[in-house]
This record gives sequence, C-alpha cells and structure tokens, in this order.
Amino acid sequence: MANLVIAEHDHGSLKAATLNVISAATAIGGDVHVLVAGHNASAAASAAAQVAGVSKVILADGAAHGNLLSENAAAQVVANAASYTHILAAATAYGKSVAPRVAALLDKAQISDIIKVIDADTFVRPIYAGNAYATVKSNDSVKVLTVRGTAFAPAATSGGTGTVESVDCVADSGVSSFVSAEVTKSERPELTAAKIIVSGGRGLGSGDKYREVLTPLADKLGAALGASRAAVDAGYVPNDYQVGQTGKIVAPDLYIAIGMSGAIQHLAGMKDSKVIVAINKDPDAPIFGVADYGLVADLFEAVPELVAKI
Amino acid sequence: MKVLVPVKRVVDYNVKVRVKSDNSGVDIANVKMSMNPFCEIAVEEAVRLKEKGVVTEIIAVSAGITQCQETLRNAMAIGADRAILIETDVDLQPLAVAKLLKAVVDKEQPRLVILGKQAIDDDANQTGQMLAALLGWGQATFASKVEVAGDVATVTREMDGGLETISLKLPAIITTDLRLNEPRYATLPNIMKAKKKELAIVKPADLGVDVAPRLTTLRVDEPPKRQGGVKVADVAALIDKLKNEAKVI
Ligand SMILES: Cc1cc2nc3c(=O)[nH]c(=O)nc-3n(C[C@H](O)[C@H](O)[C@H](O)COP(=O)(O)OP(=O)(O)OC[C@H]3O[C@@H](n4cnc5c(N)ncnc54)[C@H](O)[C@@H]3O)c2cc1C
Ligand SMILES: Nc1ncnc2c1ncn2[C@@H]1O[C@H](COP(=O)(O)O)[C@@H](O)[C@H]1O
Repeated sequence: MANLVIAEHDHGSLKAATLNVISAATAIGGDVHVLVAGHNASAAASAAAQVAGVSKVILADGAAHGNLLSENAAAQVVANAASYTHILAAATAYGKSVAPRVAALLDKAQISDIIKVIDADTFVRPIYAGNAYATVKSNDSVKVLTVRGTAFAPAATSGGTGTVESVDCVADSGVSSFVSAEVTKSERPELTAAKIIVSGGRGLGSGDKYREVLTPLADKLGAALGASRAAVDAGYVPNDYQVGQTGKIVAPDLYIAIGMSGAIQHLAGMKDSKVIVAINKDPDAPIFGVADYGLVADLFEAVPELVAKI
Repeated sequence: MKVLVPVKRVVDYNVKVRVKSDNSGVDIANVKMSMNPFCEIAVEEAVRLKEKGVVTEIIAVSAGITQCQETLRNAMAIGADRAILIETDVDLQPLAVAKLLKAVVDKEQPRLVILGKQAIDDDANQTGQMLAALLGWGQATFASKVEVAGDVATVTREMDGGLETISLKLPAIITTDLRLNEPRYATLPNIMKAKKKELAIVKPADLGVDVAPRLTTLRVDEPPKRQGGVKVADVAALIDKLKNEAKVI
C-alpha cells in the first residue's frame, strides 16, 4: 500500500488542512508520500518533509503551478500517480476541485469527505447534510479520497524524515488562466483551525451590526468569526465565513451561535463542535436542540454584556 | 451558442431524512423530491446568459429514473429549451454520470456546461470536475459570477480564503455556488409551455456507457445524536457554565 497526499500550500508553507489528510493516510497504512505542485515551492516541500509520518515529498516546481490551477494540478498528480493505491486531498475548495479530475483521468471513483477509515478499501462519509453516515467500500484498484479535516487530528509538523525528490513540472493546459484574487484579510485564526468560533446569523440585521456586536467578543476570546448562509447572502460578511453543508465544516472546542436559527444545512457544518452555545430570542429555535448551553435573549443586549463580564 | 445544464432530482432541502431501520439506506419513500438547489442556480444562470443574447439554446439533462422527467419539466419551466432524460434504474455514481454527460456533450457539442457544485443528497461535489477531465476542458468550480464574451468565460469563484477570478477558454465547465444568482420561480404560463417542449429519452446503452457502480454502500447509520443541553437563566450563568463546567474559556 502506498498513499499519495496532494498538498495544499501557498508555495511558501503548507496549509493546515494537509496535516489532517496526512493523518488519514497514516490511518490507511503503508507509505505516505506528499506531492507539492507549486512554483518556487521548495519551502512548502521541506515543510511537508518534516511532517510526522511522511517518508517522501515529490516536488513538481514550475510556472504551470504558479496559480494552483486545477487542470495543471490534476495532470501533475496523474503523471506521478503510477505506484499509489490511495490518492488523498483535503475536502477544501482546492482539494474538491482537483481530486475529482484526478479520479476521472484515472477512471476511478472518488469517495468524498471521508470521516473514518475502516480498512484500506472501506470508509465512512456523511451524506444528506450529515443526517446519515454511509460506510462505503471501493471496488477500484486505486482509491481517490477527499478528507474531512475535522475528523482527523493534524499530524505533527515535525519529526518527519522525508526526502524531497524533484520531478518534471507538467506543461500548462492552456485552457484556464488566473485573473485576480480577492483575499479576505484577517488577523484572526483560520475558521477551520480555530479553537473558538463566534458565529452570527440573520439576527444581526446588517454587516455593521455584525461587526459592532461580534468583533469585541471574538477579540476577547481570540476566536475566529463565522456566519450562516443567510448572513453571507445578505452581504454582512464575505463568502468564506459560511459554515455549513455547503460552506466550511468546523469542530472547535467552543462554537457560539448568535442570532441564527439552526437550519439543518448550518448544523451540518458545526454539530461536531465540542461545546455549542446558542443565543437566540426565540425559545423554539432549532439551534437550542444541539446547544449545550442556550440563552434565550436579545443578542443586542446579551452579547455586549457577555463581552463586559467574561 | 448551446449550453448544457445537468439537473439532478434529489430529496427536497427542507426534508430531514431518516435512516432505514435495517441500515440499508435512507428512507425516501413518500418524501418530497425537488430539483437540486445548485442545479436550479445553474438553469437560472443559463437563462440569464440567453437573455443577454450570449446563449441561443439551453438543453437540460438528467440521469436517473422516469420521475426525473418532472425535474426536466421544471428546468424547462424556468427557461431551458429542451430536455434529455438518460433513463436508468441503476444507482448512478458521479463517475458514471460524468461519462453519460460526456456522451451527450459529444453529440450536442455545447460550448458551455453549467452544473451544480454539489448534489445535496450524496454531497459528492465531483461530477462537474470529472466531466471537465473526461472532456479535457477547463473548469471553474464554485462560481459566484460568470461573464461570457466571445470565446472566453471569466468566472469568479468562492474559495476558502475569499474570491478568485479565472478565465476559461470555451468550451468549458462551470459549477455553481449559492451566491451566483437567485433562481426565479416558474410562472404558471411557463409551466404550461414547458409541457409542450421536447423531452427526449435515451438509455445509457444507447450512449455506450457502462454505468455499473464502483462503490458499494455496506451500511448507513444514524450519526451520533447530540444531546440538547440546558437553557441558562442569564449571561452570568452562561459565563459560569463555560468557565467552571465546560472549561472552554
Ligand atoms: C442548497 C442549500 C445550501 C445551504 N447551505 C447552507 C450552509 O452551508 N450554511 C448555512 O448556514 N445555511 C445554509 N443554507 C441555508 C439554510 O437553509 C438557512 O436558510 C440559513 O442557515 C438560515 O440562516 P440564519 O439562521 O442566519 O437565519 P434565520 O433562519 O432567519 O434565523 C435568524 C434567527 O435569528 C434570531 N434573531 C433575530 N433577531 C434576534 C435578536 N435580536 N436576538 C436574538 N436572536 C435573534 C431569530 O429568532 C432566528 O432564529 C442552505 C440552503 C440551501 C437551500
Ligand atoms: N443524475 C444526475 N443527472 C443530472 N445531473 C447530475 C446527476 N448527478 C449529478 N449531476 C450534476 O452534477 C452536480 C454535482 O453533483 P455531485 O457531484 O453528485 O455532487 C449536480 O448539481 C448536477 O448538476
């Protein structure tokens, strides 16, 4: 058995999600190799080589990977995939874009969003917004998997003794090109890696109110900020704040849901949090059904009081 | 320019499904079925491109059982011009769907295929990317803005850290995210009109595609139940619980 992990990185460093994928690969068993497809990405490659459990890093360095385009990334994976039984990526925007392309090029099925490894062929994954867990066995010779980060503890960033081997970079596909990026700036912890998340919904009423009410609480707790779809759709916050079935999946130690009803699509993204707090003025809001501690109150009074007294 | 829009019939997003007591799957008998919400967004986007004069014909395609005809009629009521049902009782997995769609693309030669990013039943998020790979086309997943000019589509994508804009050479694949548009409601006259539009039915064998499943679902379980907790009286009580009971702050 041999696992190839598709690294997610910004050329200079590894993204945290890759560490969870390496853990999943380790749980499958056999060698764990990491493919870094990037441009001037030797720093990301050496970081990957130091991750516990990694025995080899394959570095494909070239201009074609400068903007991390899915077409080139998938072609690179396929070019180096020959000896692997398992190919894994994070269930992030990047991983979800690349892995299915790899699977199709290899004529293999993909199992998305695995949360548990039963054996080398069998995995558990949530379906229907996490309302059911399917145990799925692959009959293919190569398994292409995406990994739900919250289900696997991150591998240690040190202790690995991997070697870095360079391979030829694929040619640019010519079918897509990068135009621009609008990166959400934030000094806060990344949503998917945060220990505490303060999350707001439509009850906040506006972007100004969202910031005015929630920022002091997040500052005080050193928390990341999240949101419901309704808050994102209404433009209170950028798209990458969305937690849920079709947004980010999070599982912090503490999730504080403020002014949100608790729709199944939202619960799908946060119900594995260790402790959930809900603040909502409607005592019958479904969010109270999953909250460890529920406070029925007007958030515009309760949250400032919380900030003052914590 | 022709656009192809694959649409999936799924359990309605308002329904909370139940796991069958024999753990063989989820119980979808007598449950409301609808078009996958991301596919509605895809149809709407195609219709808007047609209204802008970029697109001349919209073909909706669905793969699955006979009842998928309802989903296709719905797509035509929103504005698709005609529809193709790839009829089969086989449990279709994304790779099989992508192969079926490739066969339709080879025949119809659209310049653009717009799919949903994810079907809310299997939550796979695979089909568009797989189709793009099989065709050797460029892809823009998670689209929140689409502009088509000449032979180029410029697409803004919802990424983990914000937005990214890429440009695709047509023909190409786009998958929709929630913020791309708000689908219109089908009006009664358009629902009536949709009944008269062409709906062709083909079988996977007609398309020369092997749709045999590669994955076997061994069992389906209820996720662990989260116990609802307590209501606290006030902010002070909440802080006390978080500090002294849960010990998370
Ligand atoms: C295909 C699809 C995918 C989706 N994906 C997601 C997803 O990934 N994530 C997601 O979150 N949603 C998702 N949704 C949307 C989901 O169904 C809900 O519409 C959404 O989560 C509701 O957001 P909300 O709770 O902020 O708003 P609402 O449901 O409107 O709830 C607002 C809450 O605020 C409370 N409130 C109002 N004022 C106050 C106040 N002053 N003090 C205290 N409480 C107050 C109200 O009592 C109410 O409970 C999806 C929907 C579809 C169809
Ligand atoms: N059986 C199907 N028939 C038509 N389109 C489908 C089918 N399955 C998936 N799709 C398309 O692929 C998208 C993503 O689905 P999935 O990869 O299953 O999450 C859907 O939104 C549809 O556009």
